Amino acid sequence: MNRCGVIGALALAILVAGPAMAKPYTPTDDSIVLERLPEKTDPRLRDVKRLRAALDRNPGDLALAARLARRAIEAARETGDPRFLGQAQAALAPWWSLAEPPSQALLLRATIRQSAHDFPGALADLDRLLARQPPDGQALLTRATVLTVRGRYAEARADCARVARLAVPLVAIACDAGPASLSGEAASAYGALRSALAASRGNPDLVEWGETLAGEIAARRGEAAGAEAHFRAALALDPRDAYLLAAYADFLLDRNRPGEVVPLVKDYVRNDSLLLRLALAEAQLPDAREAFSAHRADLEDRFAAARRRRDSLHRREEARFVLEIGRDPREALKLARENWAVQRESADLRILAASARAAGDADVLREVREWSRRNALEDSTLAAVMGTP
Amino acid sequence: MRILLALFLLCFAAAAVGHKPSDSYLTLERDGTAVRGQWDIALRDLDTAITLDGNGDGEITWGEVRAKDKAIRDYALSRLNLATSGATCPLSASEARIDSHSDGAYAVLALRATCPRADGLLAVDYRLLFDVDPTHRGLLRYVEGARSSSVIFGAAAPLQTLGAGTRWQQLAAYVDEGVWHIGLGFDHILFLLSLLLPAVLSRRGGVWRPAESFRAAFWDVARIVTAFTVAHSITLTLAALEIVALPSRWVESAIALSVVLAAINNVFPLVSHGRWLAAFAFGLIHGFGFAGALRDLGLPSGSLALSLFGFNVGVELGQLAIVAVFLPAAFQLRGTWAYRRVVLTGGSALIATVAGIWLVERVFNVAILPAIA
Repeated sequence: MNRCGVIGALALAILVAGPAMAKPYTPTDDSIVLERLPEKTDPRLRDVKRLRAALDRNPGDLALAARLARRAIEAARETGDPRFLGQAQAALAPWWSLAEPPSQALLLRATIRQSAHDFPGALADLDRLLARQPPDGQALLTRATVLTVRGRYAEARADCARVARLAVPLVAIACDAGPASLSGEAASAYGALRSALAASRGNPDLVEWGETLAGEIAARRGEAAGAEAHFRAALALDPRDAYLLAAYADFLLDRNRPGEVVPLVKDYVRNDSLLLRLALAEAQLPDAREAFSAHRADLEDRFAAARRRRDSLHRREEARFVLEIGRDPREALKLARENWAVQRESADLRILAASARAAGDADVLREVREWSRRNALEDSTLAAVMGTP
Repeated sequence: MRILLALFLLCFAAAAVGHKPSDSYLTLERDGTAVRGQWDIALRDLDTAITLDGNGDGEITWGEVRAKDKAIRDYALSRLNLATSGATCPLSASEARIDSHSDGAYAVLALRATCPRADGLLAVDYRLLFDVDPTHRGLLRYVEGARSSSVIFGAAAPLQTLGAGTRWQQLAAYVDEGVWHIGLGFDHILFLLSLLLPAVLSRRGGVWRPAESFRAAFWDVARIVTAFTVAHSITLTLAALEIVALPSRWVESAIALSVVLAAINNVFPLVSHGRWLAAFAFGLIHGFGFAGALRDLGLPSGSLALSLFGFNVGVELGQLAIVAVFLPAAFQLRGTWAYRRVVLTGGSALIATVAGIWLVERVFNVAILPAIA
C-alpha cells in the first residue's frame, strides 16, 4: 500500500474507531465500571501499590525503594505495561541522577534504562557497577544481554564465562547460548542448552526461560519439531509470558499456522506486540475479516499515539506492521533501519532484510549479507527472507 | 533468590514492553485574554497519583470517580500553570466527565483561564504525574487563531512557551517579551535613570553645572547605556546557557543594592567621571536578573539562541525608548534649579529609599511595599 493508501486506511480507522472517540459524557449510574486496573486480573500487583505507600512514609529508604523498583520492573514484564517502569524509576528518584549511586540502585537503573532501549546508558551503568568489587552476577548477566542485543557477541560471551563461576550451570549455559548461537556456534550452543535443561530440576521460571531460548535457537536452525516441543514445554510452565507468546506466535506464523495463533494471543490485545501477531494471523484467515479490520485500526491508533509522543520503542513492530499489513516497503525499510541502529537481535535483522527485499534496496541487502557472514549467523528464517537456501 | 532475580533481569531484556504508555491529552485554545481547554487524564494514572479505587477491588466505578471529583480537579490544577509575561493566569476546571480512548477510560476536565495579557507568549508549566511516573508525557495541542501546534511535555521538559509560529514570529515574540520586561522591571529602569540623571550635567569644583552641548550629554548617555548593555548581555547569555548559575535571592538583592548605590552617588557624589564603569560592573548583575525573567517565560530548547537574542534585543529597545524620552526632556531642563535640586537630588533620594526597601525585602525575604506589577 502506498502512502495515500496508508492515510486512507488511517482515516477509515478513525471512522471505524469513531464510537470509541465519542464525546465526553457523564455516566448516569454510580455502579458503572469505567476501568479495570491490572491488579484485578493479578492481585499480586497490589504489592506495587502497597510498597509505594510504604515508601511515601519512608522516603530515602534505599532497601524499600529497591524492593519497590524490583517489584515494579517485574510487573512491567508481566503486564507489558511501561507505567510500571516509570514507577520503578520514580522509586529510585533520590539516586536516579547521581553519578555514583549505591550498587543496588545502579543495577536497577541499568535495568530500567535497558528496557527503555537506552542501551548505551545501561552499558555505562553496568560497566561502572562491574568496576566495583566483588563482581556482581546479575550485573554480568544483564550486561551480557545488552551486549547481545547490540550484536557484540564476543564481549557478551566473555561476561557469560564469568557468570559460570557465580551461578548454577543452567544460568551460565543459557547466558552463553544466545550470543553463541548467533555467532557461528548454534549447534554446540543448542546441544549444551538441551543437556543443561535435561539435567536441571531448578526453579520453573529458570527452566521456562531456558526452554524459550532453546525453542528460538531450534527455530532458527530449522528444526521445527524440536522448536515446537521447547515452546510447548515453556508454555506449560507459564502460559502468560508475553515474550514467550510472541516467540511462539512468530514460529506458528512462519509455519503458516495462523489458525493456532488466534487462540494463543486473543486475550492479550492490550499488548501491542501480541495484538500485532493476532492481526497478522487474522489477515490470513478468511473468517476473521471483521476482527482483522478492527485490530488493524487499533494498531494504527497505537502507533500513531506512539509517534505523537515521539516514542521509538516500537519501531521493530511498526516496521513489521507497515510491511506486512500496510504494504509500504519504503516506509517499513526506513523504520527497520532506524530500529537496526538501536537493536540488533535476529528479529531486527530479519525485518530489515524483508523490508529491503520488498523495497528492492540492494545496498541494505548487501549490508545484511555482510553482517550474517561476519558473524557466521545461522538463521533459516532469515535465509527464507533473503531467498537463499 | 539471587539467581531468580538474575533470571528475571535477563529475560526482561528481550521482552518487548508492549502497552501504550501513560499520556494525557491537553488542548488549549487562546482567544485574547481567555484560554479554554480540555484535559483528558487516564483514570489509571489518576488512581496511581491519588487512588480512585476507594474500595480496593481493582475496578474504578463512576461512583468512585464522583466521590473524588474535587480531589481530581485539585490535583490536576496543582500540576498545570499558565502564565503570560511571568504573571499567572488563574485556572479553573469543570466537574470531570468520562471519555474512552483506545487504552481505557479517561477523566475529561474542561478548563478555563483568564490571562493578564491578551498578546505575547503563553508559558505552560506542566507537572502532572512526573513524580510518580517520569515516563509520563503530556501531549498538548495549542490553538491560537488559525494556527495550531503540538507540544510534548516530559519530566525533562515541563515548561514550554507557546504562541510563536514561524521563527520570525518567535523572534518577534521574544523581542516583545524583552521590551515588556524592561517596562515592568522597575529596578532596571531606576538603575538606568540613576546613572542617566547626571548625564546632562557635569560636575566641576564640587557643583553640578549644565552640560555644555547636547553632543556631550548624548555621548555620556551612549557610553553608559552601551556599557550596561554589553555587561548584562554577557551574563544573560552565560546564565541562559547554564554556564553560570547564581541563587536568585542573591541576584535580586544585589540588583537592589546597585540601585541604592547609583542613586546615593547622585546625592553625595563620589564617582562623577566614568559612571560607565559602574554601569558595566552592575550591568553584570542585572544580566542575571534578566536571565531569571527569561527562564520564567520558558526557553524553547530547539531555538535557545534565537529566543535569547530576541529577548536581549527587546531589552535594548526598551532601554532606548526610556533614553529617547529621558534625554531630550532632561537636556531642556538641565539648566534649571528644579532639575538639579528636585529631579536629581530629590529623585535620587527617593530612588535610593525605594531601592533600600527592596534590598531589605529581598535580603530578609519579607514584603514591605505593595507589589508593583
